[in-house]
This record gives sequence, structure tokens and C-alpha cells, in this order.
Amino acid sequence: MKHKHYQQIEENIYADTLSNGLRVFILPKQEMAKTFAIFTTDYGSIDQSFVPLNEQDLQTVPDGIAHFLEHKLFEKEDRDVFQDFSKLGASANAFTSFTKTAYLFSATSKIKESLQTLVDFVQNPYFSEQSVEKEKGIIAQEIRMYDDQPDWRAFFGTIKSLYHHHPVQIDIAGTVESIHNITKDDLYTCYRTFYHPNNMALFIAGNVDPEETMAFIKNNQDQKDFEAPAPITRKFPDEPKEVAEKEVTITMPVSVPKALVGIKESVIPKDPKEFMEKEWLMDIVLDHLFSKSGVAYERLYEAGLIDQSFSSESHLERNFGFSIIGGNTKDPEKLAQAIKQELLNLQTTSMDQQGFERIKRKKIGQILRAMNSLEFIANQYTHYQLLGIDFFESIEWLENLTHADMQDFTKNWINEEQLSTCFVKANE
Amino acid sequence: MAESLERIIPREGYDLHLIHTKKFKTIHLSLKFTSKLTRENITKRALLPYILQQGTENYPTAIQLRQHLDELYGTVLAVDSSKKGENHILNIRLELPNEQYIAGSQDLLDKGIAFLREVIYQPKLVNQGFDPKIVAREKETLRSKMESLKEDKISFANTRLIEEMCNEEAYRLRVHGYEEDLDKITAEDLYAYYQQILNQDHLDIFAVGDIEGLYVEGKITELVDEREQQPIEKGKKVASANEQTLIEKDDIKQAKLHFGYRTNITFDDEDYPALHVFNGLFGGFPSSKLFMNVREKHSLAYYAASRIESHKGLMFVFSGIGPEQYEKAKEIILEQMEEMRNGEFTDNELSETKEMTINQLRETLDNPHGMIELHYQSVLAQSSITPKELLEKVNTVTKEQVMNVANKVKLDTIYLLTSKEAEQSEA
Repeated sequence: MKHKHYQQIEENIYADTLSNGLRVFILPKQEMAKTFAIFTTDYGSIDQSFVPLNEQDLQTVPDGIAHFLEHKLFEKEDRDVFQDFSKLGASANAFTSFTKTAYLFSATSKIKESLQTLVDFVQNPYFSEQSVEKEKGIIAQEIRMYDDQPDWRAFFGTIKSLYHHHPVQIDIAGTVESIHNITKDDLYTCYRTFYHPNNMALFIAGNVDPEETMAFIKNNQDQKDFEAPAPITRKFPDEPKEVAEKEVTITMPVSVPKALVGIKESVIPKDPKEFMEKEWLMDIVLDHLFSKSGVAYERLYEAGLIDQSFSSESHLERNFGFSIIGGNTKDPEKLAQAIKQELLNLQTTSMDQQGFERIKRKKIGQILRAMNSLEFIANQYTHYQLLGIDFFESIEWLENLTHADMQDFTKNWINEEQLSTCFVKANE
Repeated sequence: MAESLERIIPREGYDLHLIHTKKFKTIHLSLKFTSKLTRENITKRALLPYILQQGTENYPTAIQLRQHLDELYGTVLAVDSSKKGENHILNIRLELPNEQYIAGSQDLLDKGIAFLREVIYQPKLVNQGFDPKIVAREKETLRSKMESLKEDKISFANTRLIEEMCNEEAYRLRVHGYEEDLDKITAEDLYAYYQQILNQDHLDIFAVGDIEGLYVEGKITELVDEREQQPIEKGKKVASANEQTLIEKDDIKQAKLHFGYRTNITFDDEDYPALHVFNGLFGGFPSSKLFMNVREKHSLAYYAASRIESHKGLMFVFSGIGPEQYEKAKEIILEQMEEMRNGEFTDNELSETKEMTINQLRETLDNPHGMIELHYQSVLAQSSITPKELLEKVNTVTKEQVMNVANKVKLDTIYLLTSKEAEQSEA
């Protein structure tokens, strides 16, 4: 087991890779009453085409299967795992994103029992034809619930406008039609391929003893048999640089229309440091323009084009990246036009040295504040670990970014062909 | 659990609560101005948080104010208003990174406190009032907030339930105020009323974080101008229940069926820990009776839960149902309450619920806001019970105590917000 002390932030990470390939990270924090654990597989909604474990041929599975699998893991032959956690006084949950599926709990007592419950339930699937059929109705309800949420529809509408082929554009939960085709065998195929310990990470943060906890996990894993670890072949379609559609409009009942502008990334750095720097820079530039202290925010607010719902966010992953900016507005066309213009102006007028340093300070403070939360630490550390990056170390990369780095970045960041617009409007 | 020590220091003009803990990398300062809920002042108090964040004498625009916060390593300023029991609270808080974690930072706490003082005592003024342009624009922000609350049907149904159930009590008042008041509020009146809050509300100041050796006590003295501390008035309990049913219609697909109960048990009552456990068994968790029966067993609702109000002695049940399921859902919810009264829950369920309740409270103390809010509950209730003592009491709750609480809880109002097409057999 390796121990690493991060001096500036006063945190400690104990890490080990077990013989079956599972990566385990422990961040002890004895001051906290709570312990939070998250068991993550490097498998999300975009992993649709892959070579199943021990097979040769590429296979494509139905949209929404990673999320479906997440639901089904909680159901065992004789019980629902949520109740197991309840009995221990712990609260459990799970989520599926574009690139990850994660299972988690928090508790303030009986930590070992909850840890064992977490690891065992994820590593012992029980799928039957009958329970798969039953789940289709429940997930269809969930999908319909999302269909009624204007913000969710707008978010996915923007992503769909950005991408021609990349599976990031399919809804994480799939569609009512696509999940209809999911079978028990599909679930086992995905499970065997992506839930191998070699493709997973376990992060435990909080009131635990690192040695004891690591030994406990190791012992648990030693008692289980897994096939030999093997690299997973995943296939993604070639994606053009330019957006798929410059403009899309979604019609649904909303009292105030929405306008979102999407930015599609075409270059994703392979080098971890460059990757991370790009992500910081995207974040800093969007903050400079569109945060509450942003220069564009002030202009848009003064013009009466935006309200409190206005926001921006970025996602950067191994093989895709995008940003989305927008919110509710009285004049969707005008807002979209104004946001695009602000972005295109970046090439000629970016922020000054003082503004750059100010936003860097803000980012450093924001990270520190977020680190009050064990959930944040565990989620972020795992996220970057799966991308080959040590999140705590990367804070130093942020501190070392210069104004010149930012200028280089903004010179080439935005081109008209990477921008798209999504409107949500009520039926006339 | 590592101990977080609270020291309460009564000062001239305010009560200072210092909570030293190494749990967090930030320092939190929170000023809570507390006053009785009144129809006359509620809209002004709802509007003030928006105004105070729009500019000060030295940072006269919102962007200048925000950029100064960025300079202080992303310090967060938040101002909001809320109601607890029959009190209204104007809350001004600042969250600063603790400079021991930031290389090269200096005097962050002093700078933060100086800024906070400016926000509170030197807002941007024109003549004898707030800047009228800011007031006019922020009235619109509040107006759209009031408007958007109508779109959140759960919150709307709960608001309507409380208005009808407590129609003769101050608790009925809407926390975001009333649209018809907005036009009447002038920039001068609002500023005059703000002065009244600064000088005459009850004031508690909380400082939370790794604060030992930072001389916070002295620094807070410089933050607050001379003022007179006022006592907190406790809300009145109302023993009699209305026993009424109210049905309203709206343009919705999913109906909201809400119940209002009077527990008459408040934070400082002997029965309060048992009330927590009662709520956990009845509707506080996904393993509770309401969720398991209304949703899981009968598939009647998308959600079904209960929540207690700790300072007025109320409990609310929330459920979202198909409009045609009203009678059935009502029957099942009432049945769950009967089962609670008859003690139809196992010893295992009782001990699991106690454990979950304790977990939840302890997790609250792992969060700076949660820590402040839990301590502030004792302030409002004028109780000396600490969070730790509350946890210990929850742990000793017996089945008889839970049944006893269940039998004290009285149904007051059933409120149904349903679709325009729904047929009702009962009116």
C-alpha cells in the first residue's frame, strides 16, 4: 500500500492495486463522523460498441443499457439491496453518467458491514428474464419523467445538435423503444466485460483506519474468483469537427423560453497534464465571461436577456468534450446571438493579466471549499484517476498556469463551425 | 465523533456562537437577524437579500462586488430569508477559505470581515434610501421568483395547505412575500426598515471552522455596530385541529395530495426525540411506511413522505398521485397513521430507524451549514440541548414513546391539488 501526503491541502491518500486489478483509495478524515464510499466502473452510456470479454467480434448493445444495468444490480433473487443498507442505518445510491457507473453509500456506524454490502452486491449480479421485463416499465416511467423536464431536454437537445455520430448524444437512460430490446444476456455480457475489478476503482473517505480498511477489502477480494484481467476494446465512430446541426428547437410547455449555446471540442489532449490544463482553461475563460462576476454576464443582465437560471458548464472526457451556456430568456434568438458573439470575440479581446489572476484565485478557493465534502473529494479523485490524473497534484498545475497560456488557448479555441444553438419554446 | 465545541458568548447587542472544528478548510461567518413574522414586513424582508448583493459604497455595481469576492479566493457571500416557526430570519453569511491552505495569501479573514461589514453597513445609497434603480430591478427579480414558485406544484400545494390550515396564525405568511406589496415599497422606506432590522432584531452571529488562535471574538466586535439585543418570541401552539378537506384544481397531470397535522411538539419538548423517530418510521425515509405502502406496495404515488416542523409543532405529508387515486391514496395514508398509533412496527424497524435518524443528524454536523442550522434550532427554541444530547436522547426512544407521540398527532387539513378534468366524489 502506498501512502501519499499532500502538504498544501493537508490530505493523505492510501492507495493500492489488488491482484485482480482493483484500484483502492482511502482518504482518512478522523474529524468527520461520516464515511463515504464509492465503487466506480469505467463504463457509461457511451460504451455501446465493444468486444465482449473472451470474444473476438465487436458487438453493439441497445441504448441505455449501462443505466439499466445499474438499476438491476440492486435487485437480488430474494431482496432489494437498498433495504440491506437501511438495516445498517446507511443510505445508498447510484448513478450512471456518459463514462461511468457508480455505487455509493454514506454512514456513521457499521462501516465495515456497509463496505462489504457495497462490494458484494456490485460483484454478485442476479439478472432474470422476469425481473428485466419488470424493470422496463419502471425505467420507461423515469424516461417519461425526464421528458417533462425542460432543463434536461434542453441539455440533451444541445448535445444532439453538436454530434453527428458519437454516442454521447444518446440519452443516458436510452429511449422507451431502445430499452425494450434489452435482454438478460445483454446485461450479463456488459457486466462481465465492464465490471471486472481491473476496470473499477473503490474510493473510501472519512472516519476509517486506512490499514485496517485496506486489509478488509483485500481479504474480501481474495475470496472471490475473477478471470485474468484483459484490456477492453471499445469502438467509437469517427466524429467530424463541425457540429451536426447549427440550430435545433424543442417544443414543449414552458412559461419562459430557453436558449443554450453549445461548444464542441475537437482536440482532446492525450497527455494528462495537457488534458487537465485544457480543462482548467476552458473553465477559466467561461468564468471570465459568464459567471456572476463575468463581463459578458453583466452585459447580458443589463440588457435584460438573462435571469438567475443563466449558467455555463464544461465536460472534457477521453474522446469527447463540450461546453453549454445559457438559460431562461425573454428573447431566445437575441440571447443565443449575443452568447455566440461573446465567444467569437475571444480571439481578439481576451481577459487581461489581472483578471486572469483573479479567476485563478477564485478557482483555487472553490476547490478548497468543495473539499469540505467527502463526496466531492471521492467523486473528483476517482473521475481523474480513471483518466490517469492525480487530482490533488493537478491543483499545482492550475497554480502554475500563466496569462500567456490562456492567450495561446483563446487564440484557437472558438470557431463558428463548433457552435450550435438549442431553443426550448412553448407551442404557439 | 470528534468533538466540535460550541461556546456561546452573550455580547452587548448580540449572541456570539463560536464553533471550533478541524473538519473544514473554510471559515464560516453567519449573521442571523430574527424577528416575528408579520404581514406588514414580510415582503420587505424577502426583497432585502436581493438588494444587499447588488452593490456597496466602495463596490457600487454587482460585478465589482463579485470580482472583489473572487480576489478573496472565491469567498462566497450569500444573503437569504427564511421562516422558522413564527419567526422570520434574514441571514447574511460569508464563507472564506482558511488561509493556512493557500500559499501566499494574507489577512484573508480580516479582509473578509471588512468586506462583510461594508455589505451590511454601507450598501449603495442614493440620498436617504437604497439606489432606486437597484430596488426597481430587484423587485422584478423577486416577482419572477414568486411567479416561478407557482410552477413548482409540490411547493405550491404545500403553501396553499399552510395558508388554509394556519389561516389565523402568522405561520401562514409566504416567505417570498406578496406581489401586491411590491409597488408600494419605496427605496427610502426599505432602507429605513433595514435600519430597524440592524438595530432591533434579535441577532445571533456564528463563526465556524478551524478558528482557534484567530482572535475571532475581537474581530466580530469590530464587525457589529452598537445595537440592542431583543428577545426571541416563541410561536404559539394551537391545540385544536380544523379537521377540514380542501380541493383545488390546476392545469396539472399529477395530483398533489398533502396532509397537515398538528404535533404540538417543538424542539424543546421532552417528546421531540421520539417525534423524530416517529417521523422516521412513518414517512421520513425510503424504508418508511408511507414510501413502502403508498408507493412500493400499491404503486399509487411517485413520492410519498412526511416532514416535521420543529418550532410550531406541525407535520406535513406529501404525495404525488394519479387524480383518480385520491380516495384510495387518502385511505392508505390514514391507515399508516393508524398503524403507528397501534404500535404496528417491529423492534427491528424501530432500532433501524433510530440508527438512520442518528446517522442523518451526525452527517448534518459534517457540513458547516448543517452545523450552524442545528445549533440555531436550540437558539430559536430557547433550549439548552446540544446536538450531542439530542442524539443520545434519540438513541433511548422506546416503542411506547413513539406510540405516545403518534396518539398526540392530530390531523388538521387534507389538501388536494388535482387536474381540471378530475371528478370528485367528496367536496
